[in-house]
Amino acid sequence: MIPIPEVNLGGILPALVLCLAGLVVMMLGLFIRRGAVATAAVVSIAGVLIAAAANTPLRMMDKQAFAGLINLDAYTWFFNLLILISAGLTVLTSVRYLTDDGLDMYEYFVLLLFASAGMMFMVSANHLLIVFVGLETLSIAIYVLVGILPSSKKSKEAALKYLLLGAFSSAVFLYGAALLYGSAGSLGFPELAKYFKAGQISRMAYVGMGMVLVGFAFKVAAVPFHMWTPDVYEGAPAPLTGFMSVGVKAAAFAAFVRVFFQSMLPAQMNWIEIIWLLAALTMVLGNLAAIVQDNIKRMLAYSSIAHAGYLLIGMVAGKEAGPAGMLYYLLAYTFTNLGAFGVVALVGRKGEANVMIDDYRGLAKTNPFLALAMSIFLFSLAGIPPTAGFVGKFTIFSAAINAGYIWLVVIGVLTSAASVFYYFRVVMKMYMEVPETQPAELQFSPAMLLALGIALVGVLYIGVFPTNYLNLAALSVKPLF
Amino acid sequence: MINSYLPVLVILLVSAFIGLAIIVLSTVLARRNPTPVKLMPYECGMDPIGGARRRFSVRFFVMGMLFIVFDIELIFLFPWTTVYDKLHFFGFVEMLVFVLILLVGLVYVWKKGALEWE
Repeated sequence: MIPIPEVNLGGILPALVLCLAGLVVMMLGLFIRRGAVATAAVVSIAGVLIAAAANTPLRMMDKQAFAGLINLDAYTWFFNLLILISAGLTVLTSVRYLTDDGLDMYEYFVLLLFASAGMMFMVSANHLLIVFVGLETLSIAIYVLVGILPSSKKSKEAALKYLLLGAFSSAVFLYGAALLYGSAGSLGFPELAKYFKAGQISRMAYVGMGMVLVGFAFKVAAVPFHMWTPDVYEGAPAPLTGFMSVGVKAAAFAAFVRVFFQSMLPAQMNWIEIIWLLAALTMVLGNLAAIVQDNIKRMLAYSSIAHAGYLLIGMVAGKEAGPAGMLYYLLAYTFTNLGAFGVVALVGRKGEANVMIDDYRGLAKTNPFLALAMSIFLFSLAGIPPTAGFVGKFTIFSAAINAGYIWLVVIGVLTSAASVFYYFRVVMKMYMEVPETQPAELQFSPAMLLALGIALVGVLYIGVFPTNYLNLAALSVKPLF
Repeated sequence: MINSYLPVLVILLVSAFIGLAIIVLSTVLARRNPTPVKLMPYECGMDPIGGARRRFSVRFFVMGMLFIVFDIELIFLFPWTTVYDKLHFFGFVEMLVFVLILLVGLVYVWKKGALEWE
């Protein structure tokens, strides 16, 4: 009799629901002649909602399942919720995009759901191999999604670039994991923690740690592993770019923090300076490069690099306050960036013909509501009160000051002051300038309006009443320490 | 621990040396008398009909990918069959779920026409 590990399907139910929804969408799409995209979207949203319901019990749990491979705790709960929010909003912003261009790409939703399920495994992992399996499930789905536009050469190019570089980074990550296994004898986080606590850390383990760090830094797009970001974000369909900049980044950060805080905390003094440097470089380069961009997708790509830098400050700050700040920041960033990319998809119109910053000229005249929404999203990205982005930056920066990293915060504040310039450039174009030619009418769809509404309410609500959400973030990082 | 890898290093060096020596020696010592027939690539005795680096139909790649998917399915099935009697009903259900998921994929591929050559 082979011992069967304890099976706790309830714990991974959210991911299972998403997988099942993906399979259902796949089958439905085959047998429905017309309106496959709309049906797929409805089923996907239903799947996301059911998964969110299945996710609620995790909040009160604090245990492992599947022979210690999966963590079921408040941290998992928080990130599952974040992933579901970003998946749900992305489905809503994508619908019109997929029907508009005469595409019948219901596969888009299938891959989106599978990618989300992969992310859930990544954030709940208690073992480096589970992190890797989740990472690959997510990455392979995203590679295909990036290149899903059949007629766009740019999209294909982006997919190929992402695939090649992503495969390299996965290999580096896996190699690092192998080296860690060689020194610690296990890839489980508790065993790794025991190894690092014991003090006799071999050089091989340091190299392994560094390579795992590189793998994560690639996925969160930290300088100098950011090269793929602008090209891929520019080529991918706009709603998907939003998803990548939010969902993928959140999942990667979740695993990053979990690995480094749960299993490598005793070696903190060895990695903290590397991350300090990564954070500083990421903020400076991201913000400076964003200033000179003319394409709004590229600008937002560099801005998302910069935001990865702010988030890395939270990792440097450490203790409980740093990661808690990151969780809140990621929540704020989810609503903000998905909203911003929703507007980009909407203004881009058919085939993303209008993605230059100049295309936003005079938007306030023709669509005052949309211009206002975009302004609020950009204010939040710039970190201006009363939006959620401000509170997020404030918590991360104050955590870093309390931990004594004054210079890092100085860099953060200066670069985010510089970032105001390029965010406001778009606002200026919308309100102060007039377009040379009258652009085509925008095609609003109910799903898009709903998504923008949710994002807008989210940005303002958790910005004006942040206390509950800050407490929630603080509660969610408890299981790590 | 490092010491135990020394033989590996020695083997690497020796094999690199032998490989290089054979190439160098044969270029230095061999008598060369090339004719067009000798320089022709060997294709099972046939006269070559063109370069090998031409474009292949993308269908080959689709077939190749599908082959890999179902090949790996088999790789998972084989060890399962050997321990089937020890896993009992649990193993059966697990494998059923696995095969069902692949079945969905097969239906998708079939319906999409990826199995048709034309």
